[in-house]
Amino acid sequence: MATYRFTVDGKRVSVDAQPEMPLLYALRDDLGLNNPHFGCGLAQCGACTVHLEGEPVRSCVLPVSAAANKKVTTIAGLGTPDKPHPLQAAYVAEGVPQCGYCINGWVMTAAAALKKNPKASDAELREALAGLKCRCGTHVAILRAIKRAQSSMA
Amino acid sequence: MDRREFFKTSGALVVSFAAPSFEVIAQSAGKPALLPGELDSWIAILPNGRVNAFFGKMDMGQGLDVAVAQVVAEELDVGADRVEVVMGDTGTSCNQGGASGSTGVSNGVRLLRRAAAEARRVLVERASEKLGVPAAELKVMDGVVAAGDKKITYAELVGGRYFHHKVEWNKQVGNPMDISVPAKAKAPAEYKVVGKPLPRRDVAWKVFGTDGFVTDVRRPGMLHARVIRPPRAACKVRGIDESSIKAIRGAKVIREKDFVAVVAPKEWDAVRAAQSLKVDWQPMETPFPAMDQLYEHIRGAKVVKRQDEVKKGDVAAAFNAPGVKVVQAEYEWPFQSHASMGPACAVAELKDGSCTVWTGSQKPHFVRDGVARLLGLPEDKVRAIWVTGPGSYGRNDAGDAAMDAAFLARASGKPVRVQGMRADGTAWDPKGPACVHRARAAIDASGKVVAYEFVSKGFSRQHIATNESQPADSLIGQAMGVPPKPNQIFGVPAESYGFENKLLGWETIAQFVDHCSPLRTAHLRDPVGPEIHFGSEQFVDEVARAAGADPVEFRLRYLTDPRHAAVVKAVAEKSGWASLGKGKGIAFADRNGTAVAVVAQVEVDRASGRVWARKLWVAHDCGLIINPEILRTTIEGNVVQGLSRVLFEEVRFDRDSVQSVDWASYPILEMGDAPESIEVTLIDRPEVAPSGAGEPTIRVIPAAVGNAFFDATGVRLRRAPLSPERVKAALAKA
Repeated sequence: MATYRFTVDGKRVSVDAQPEMPLLYALRDDLGLNNPHFGCGLAQCGACTVHLEGEPVRSCVLPVSAAANKKVTTIAGLGTPDKPHPLQAAYVAEGVPQCGYCINGWVMTAAAALKKNPKASDAELREALAGLKCRCGTHVAILRAIKRAQSSMA
Repeated sequence: MDRREFFKTSGALVVSFAAPSFEVIAQSAGKPALLPGELDSWIAILPNGRVNAFFGKMDMGQGLDVAVAQVVAEELDVGADRVEVVMGDTGTSCNQGGASGSTGVSNGVRLLRRAAAEARRVLVERASEKLGVPAAELKVMDGVVAAGDKKITYAELVGGRYFHHKVEWNKQVGNPMDISVPAKAKAPAEYKVVGKPLPRRDVAWKVFGTDGFVTDVRRPGMLHARVIRPPRAACKVRGIDESSIKAIRGAKVIREKDFVAVVAPKEWDAVRAAQSLKVDWQPMETPFPAMDQLYEHIRGAKVVKRQDEVKKGDVAAAFNAPGVKVVQAEYEWPFQSHASMGPACAVAELKDGSCTVWTGSQKPHFVRDGVARLLGLPEDKVRAIWVTGPGSYGRNDAGDAAMDAAFLARASGKPVRVQGMRADGTAWDPKGPACVHRARAAIDASGKVVAYEFVSKGFSRQHIATNESQPADSLIGQAMGVPPKPNQIFGVPAESYGFENKLLGWETIAQFVDHCSPLRTAHLRDPVGPEIHFGSEQFVDEVARAAGADPVEFRLRYLTDPRHAAVVKAVAEKSGWASLGKGKGIAFADRNGTAVAVVAQVEVDRASGRVWARKLWVAHDCGLIINPEILRTTIEGNVVQGLSRVLFEEVRFDRDSVQSVDWASYPILEMGDAPESIEVTLIDRPEVAPSGAGEPTIRVIPAAVGNAFFDATGVRLRRAPLSPERVKAALAKA
């Protein structure tokens, strides 16, 4: 057991945990956050995605020790109903999610991809989003929302 | 807006359910019993004039709650934004069957429409007494009943109080539950709110992470649990080495017969304990055939039950008529998994002899019944509360999680949250049934189809029931020795082809293992719809080609129901069928009154075996349309999930266990294979009562892709999925 300090959505936090415990359990169980979800525990779906220093990571396999002294951002820290990230605003406008459990993977991955390449083409977006899962089949709506966000950011 | 704000009053009738505390609603004095025959069970007017509609089904992310709000608002003459829909809680709603068979609108909303119309009638009658104006002279505008200067609001009439008004209940429970009332619902011509594209209500909290799923329910003192499913089918426990987890803080084993679980105060410790616990399992001898023998097994297995659902003319004689050309084919469909986005989760708490279960099951009223039976409690001592779960497309693993949580809460004496690991959601969920379809048709010299036969043979779609009301239908019940009683049922193609001599039937076979089988079957989105129509709508294409006819023209020649013909015509027109290039396919089907036709255009990469369904056109007729935008996205989800099922999905197994345990061993469609476009044409028929939209489209996707693949390559693939390996192998042989 060791104490790990990091920030989550701008707030300083500390967690006592074994170094190999995945960050997801620190966020959900120790810190009581709702939004990162357990989907597979294998980095195969994306439901647990958060940003670590602005880069999307799968918190279900990232050891909590790797987050020490770093900046973690969840979808709730990406934007808020009052100050939404353009992707969040586009998601609402397009009514994208169905069950919504997969949403962290898509939004957090797309947000990082658009930061690097705001004008990403359809093919580049599909490539950037490879490996993410959505079981309700909202893929076409996801692409619509990302393109809407791109035009709102342009 | 708080998504669970409802019926909060300052007086004695306080009923609170503020998100996200998941507090239990207090049953206040004077409230009529929660029975379908009480108007108060369906509609409440709050002191501020807002309306609660209590709904005994629930929305799984396709906006059903918005449809309820629109219809209730329409009948009550209030703005839809004033209507809060309270769903899926056995403490506040009657058992309308949960999410089931795409009946949310057809059955569920029909009842609420009647209740709202009756509430309006009663309110106008009471206003008439108060205002001294005949009811016929009163008009209602946004909750204000008025005639000239005289007016009174709904809130003034009954806000925060109960109607105490009886309605006539048909004494049915579940999907058929209905009421009859003296009030007459509005005619579609008068609709102002129904038909409008109002937005979904659950999008914002999901996008901003401001509220919780069932996985986020937390209770004070709660333990985390993991259930240890056996490594193979139907294993018995010989022994457990509890010392294998003694180093893990607070971890404990809970075992009852062959049901094994671990609990711990911290979730990660429960996960570690589940991974570390040494259980000595006694496996069963090779319960399954080798996977490559699956379809031979089905063909050769003894028929448990046969049913010929459509029998017309003399089929045998017509096949034997001289000079006819006989076309025949067989189609094969594998076991498939719900593979919901997250493994199921449930939380249970026992207090003062009562049990509350928070569940993602789409049928919480049946969860209540099942938990009551499992724990030996009266039904009124169990409350099941549905909270949005990680996806639900039928009887997935959610029911098992709810039963497990309830048992573990009692066994541990603490509130328990249980969630599966990935394999529990993929390997151990109930499966859609594997099946083989035998089809043949006879064509005479003029090209006319004179005989047609389509018979499916496969595992029943209900080796466990469609809901969790009986412990025998849950893994925990079976692990404790309660034998399941499988229902034998399958289905036939839903179409109106007017072939003179026609037989549509099915045969079911026994399941491999009668208890604790990871290949037990139950309902998966559009139960047996994609399975059957993958065969039947490809076969119609094969017959059309044998008769030298265009697949669209052939369908139009034989379809006898004008609504069926209309969707085929519409999709052909919108897709530009006649001039579409190579790689096009059409399929059509009906589902309980909803007609849907789809055209797919695919590209096949011969080198990789990849099939990309690049463009799709859908024509959809479900009668009266309540909300066109939400209907459109619901259809899109069906299209993509259908593509995933036909192109990628197949449960892999060896002689004694399911080998599809995660997304690598059970791949589904990803973004790279998502279509470029899905164009949906909605046919609105205000004069026809609305039927369902949650499932019909998925049943036509597989055959449209199969037909398009044939058009692209000249090769007919009759076994699903059309995975890259299978496509490559088939094209190499061709």
